[in-house]
Amino acid sequence: MFTYLVRRLIYVLPVAIGVSMFCFLLVHIAPGDPLTAIMPVDATAEEQAAMRSAYGLDKPMPVQYAIWIGKAATGDLGKSIATGRPVAGEVFLAVKNSLLLAFAASLIAFPIGLFLGFLAGYFRDTIFDRMITAVAITGVSVPNYWLGIVLVIVFSVQLGWLPSMGAGPGGSGEWSWDLEHIRYLVLPAVTLAVVPIGIVARTVRALVGDIFSMDFVQALFAKGLYPIDVLRHVIRNAAPTALSVMGLQLGYLLGGSILIETVFNWPGSGFLLSNAIFQRDLPLLQGTILVLALFFVTMNLIVDVLQAAIDPRIKRS
Amino acid sequence: MSMAATEAKAPAEQVAKTKGYWSGVLKRFSRDPVAVTCAVIVLLLILAAIFAPYLGLNDPYKASMIKRLKPIGFPGFPLGTDEQGRDMLARLLYGGRLTLFVGLMPVVFAFGIGSTLGLIAGYAGGWVNTIIMRTVDVFFAFPSVLLAIAISGALGAGIVNSIVSLTIVFIPPIARVAESATSSVRALDYIDAARASGGNALTIIRVHVLGNVLGPIFVYATSLTSVCMILAAGLSFLGIGVRPPEPEWGLMLNTLRTAIYVNPWVAALPGLMIFITSLCLNLLSDGLRSAMNVKD
Amino acid sequence: MTRQEDRGGPRQPLLIAKDLKRHFPIRSGLLNRQTATVHAVDGVSFDVKKGEVLGIVGESGCGKSTTARLMIGLIELDDGQIIFDGDVLGEDITLKELRRGVQMVFQDSYASLNPRLTILDSVAFGPKINGLEDPEGKARNLLKRVGLEPDRFAHRYPHELSGGQRQRVNIARALAMEPRLVILDEAVSALDKSVEAQVLNLLNELREEFGLTYIFISHDLNVVRYISDRVLVMYLGEVVEVGPAEAIYHNQAHPYTSSLFAAMPSMDPDNRTEEPPLAGDPPNPINPPSGCRFHTRCKFAESVCSAAKPKLSVIGGDETHLAACHMMDPASGHSQSFREAAE
Repeated sequence: MFTYLVRRLIYVLPVAIGVSMFCFLLVHIAPGDPLTAIMPVDATAEEQAAMRSAYGLDKPMPVQYAIWIGKAATGDLGKSIATGRPVAGEVFLAVKNSLLLAFAASLIAFPIGLFLGFLAGYFRDTIFDRMITAVAITGVSVPNYWLGIVLVIVFSVQLGWLPSMGAGPGGSGEWSWDLEHIRYLVLPAVTLAVVPIGIVARTVRALVGDIFSMDFVQALFAKGLYPIDVLRHVIRNAAPTALSVMGLQLGYLLGGSILIETVFNWPGSGFLLSNAIFQRDLPLLQGTILVLALFFVTMNLIVDVLQAAIDPRIKRS
Repeated sequence: MSMAATEAKAPAEQVAKTKGYWSGVLKRFSRDPVAVTCAVIVLLLILAAIFAPYLGLNDPYKASMIKRLKPIGFPGFPLGTDEQGRDMLARLLYGGRLTLFVGLMPVVFAFGIGSTLGLIAGYAGGWVNTIIMRTVDVFFAFPSVLLAIAISGALGAGIVNSIVSLTIVFIPPIARVAESATSSVRALDYIDAARASGGNALTIIRVHVLGNVLGPIFVYATSLTSVCMILAAGLSFLGIGVRPPEPEWGLMLNTLRTAIYVNPWVAALPGLMIFITSLCLNLLSDGLRSAMNVKD
Repeated sequence: MTRQEDRGGPRQPLLIAKDLKRHFPIRSGLLNRQTATVHAVDGVSFDVKKGEVLGIVGESGCGKSTTARLMIGLIELDDGQIIFDGDVLGEDITLKELRRGVQMVFQDSYASLNPRLTILDSVAFGPKINGLEDPEGKARNLLKRVGLEPDRFAHRYPHELSGGQRQRVNIARALAMEPRLVILDEAVSALDKSVEAQVLNLLNELREEFGLTYIFISHDLNVVRYISDRVLVMYLGEVVEVGPAEAIYHNQAHPYTSSLFAAMPSMDPDNRTEEPPLAGDPPNPINPPSGCRFHTRCKFAESVCSAAKPKLSVIGGDETHLAACHMMDPASGHSQSFREAAE
């Protein structure tokens, strides 16, 4: 187990380096000069050069990368061109809000997805199964940014039950766990939950269906076990894969909430990202993407290790 | 003396071959009412998009200050008007042009590039495989939405940039599927037999590998079209895809957002189009999967 | 285009394998270092005479199939030399040229046919890419020769045939390259007994008709005896004994060979095997035993057996019968002579 853990860690390293290189290059595939956004239109050539060296843009690319990654490793992601504030601080705040949203969405999505998937797998090829499969495929097909708008139309505009924008009354920004704040969380979390409901349900349905058709389950029934005891065996066999799918979905929720955050003006990483894009604030763009991608890599790692810990079949390979 | 040349010489054989596999696929597909319905809907959407100028619709670009945000069923505008008074029906049908184009082309390109990479990696094995697949792994570290937005955000808005960024998003998953399909075929004895017959790598890939891996890769690629459509429209929705005033569903959804207090159901229409298309693409892909007997 | 010319004359062996070696690395641990080596084939030498059938026998995992694949270049050699009718591979002839003369039939008849090609296309593939004349006509003739009427079978797909029929297709496919040597790697092992007999008869007829030489690899000693002129016995990647089939079947020189044959089911109910002649599984080829690799399972093993590796040497006066056992060599330091010990 320890060897597996260390090997997995070593395997992650090149991926993480690749990710950081990608984020670094992102600024350089951008057309135009990254400084145009902050440079005064009438800046002289000298002023431009001074600015360039201040941001380190006059050095060769590998040197720039080394400097950038060295600073990033110490938590310094540079300064936002638009606001002048450190990128790391802004990203940290935003990621916190995104995580909140992602967790809320998983709390909705995973139990529902598991339940529906299990039901469909158990009653495979019945009307139940067909209905749930239809729900699942609808879930994965719906553009969630549109669904968010529809929910706003229904629950905010028409019914007036829930707020449509922001993460708290008065846009204070400080989150707290009271009813007033949670009301703001409901619509974005539900919207965000729809796709993972579909994905988890589909996966679990296939898993459970396959396990029930395996010989060992038939043997358990033949031994005279009650269905509820057989169920225990089935769950134990389905758990590793189901857990890993859910872990990955949590990662996807964090990175995939960008569009939803835009719809609901949720002050998360996606919101930050779209601001960075429109203000052509490349250090902010770079920093946000780096943090989100590394989070996703870490999530993958945790999921793999957890899966290895509970699934005896994995350790050998 | 290529296989293709001899096949052309003997049409009778080709008929026999087609009968062997594709007629079976077609037969199974035609017995799947859901898949057939979806195929018809997607086809109609594509046809409507292509032939939009000949359908006698209003001018999708013609704005009118006095006819803004008219409801569904307003005389002369069966689906109402948008925030600039432009005809929604015309814009929705014209909108299919860009949305479908930007939504489907990346999968086509990624299918070509990803399959090639995966085939090379899977057939060659060794360090070639390591280099290609480890690079692919890096892209798997990004959730697809994030990757698409990151590249599009850096490149800036525009149709070409959207297609480029979405192509990059979908190359890695297709390459991975292609690699695994190829390396499992590569291990079979008939490949060894073909190598023993003196075939070079290209000939063997063409005659013995492609036919056995393209099916599964193709089915997998079709399952990505729905996501790609949603992402393409999502980029426009964010303002980093298609530029105004072009009619495009994601962009229309964005510009109509402010109208949800005035005329909510008109505002929701472009998203409904995205939803219907993506649902049909998903169901179509499922139908193809079972018709072509491809397992997950 | 006719069959490749016989150039070395009848006394020149068709194929000489010299000290073939192939080791597979096992990688593990933190940095994926090579931590062990599977000695799949470790210094195998033999020759195949023109027109003969050389049987190769041994337990599963002894390196029979690896040897077969090495001979046709499907697996690269780590070391050793292959000489085809006097031409050294890599010096006098290329791999492509070797493969024109040597073909192979695999065990799994289904996996060795492309499911997307008709059997006619499968058989015609080799001749086609090698630019032989009229590949389709040739394929049809061969299909007919192996007992599959072209009009009925040519356009079928592999899944529409039975296992025996598929193996006939594989034989036709190998013959389509006009080889001189055909390696049959467990080619009949997966077939039903009655079908197996038919295919064996077909193989014998084809050998006469086309003047072929076979290397026949099998774990089934009865089948090997039926078809082979000479037999080679392998154990853990090494040759332990080689000789004329009759000598190997009646007059074994190596303890491994004799226990292998003692394990063979007898037709005679009075001649039952009382004790299990060979206990346990072969040792792990990752760390093969020192000295004679068989010493861990040999009932005659003495200290010399684990200390020194016995050489393959001639037994008695018979130039054609060789074995690698210390008991063959009075000077080895082994206290017994095998022939006496066996009696």
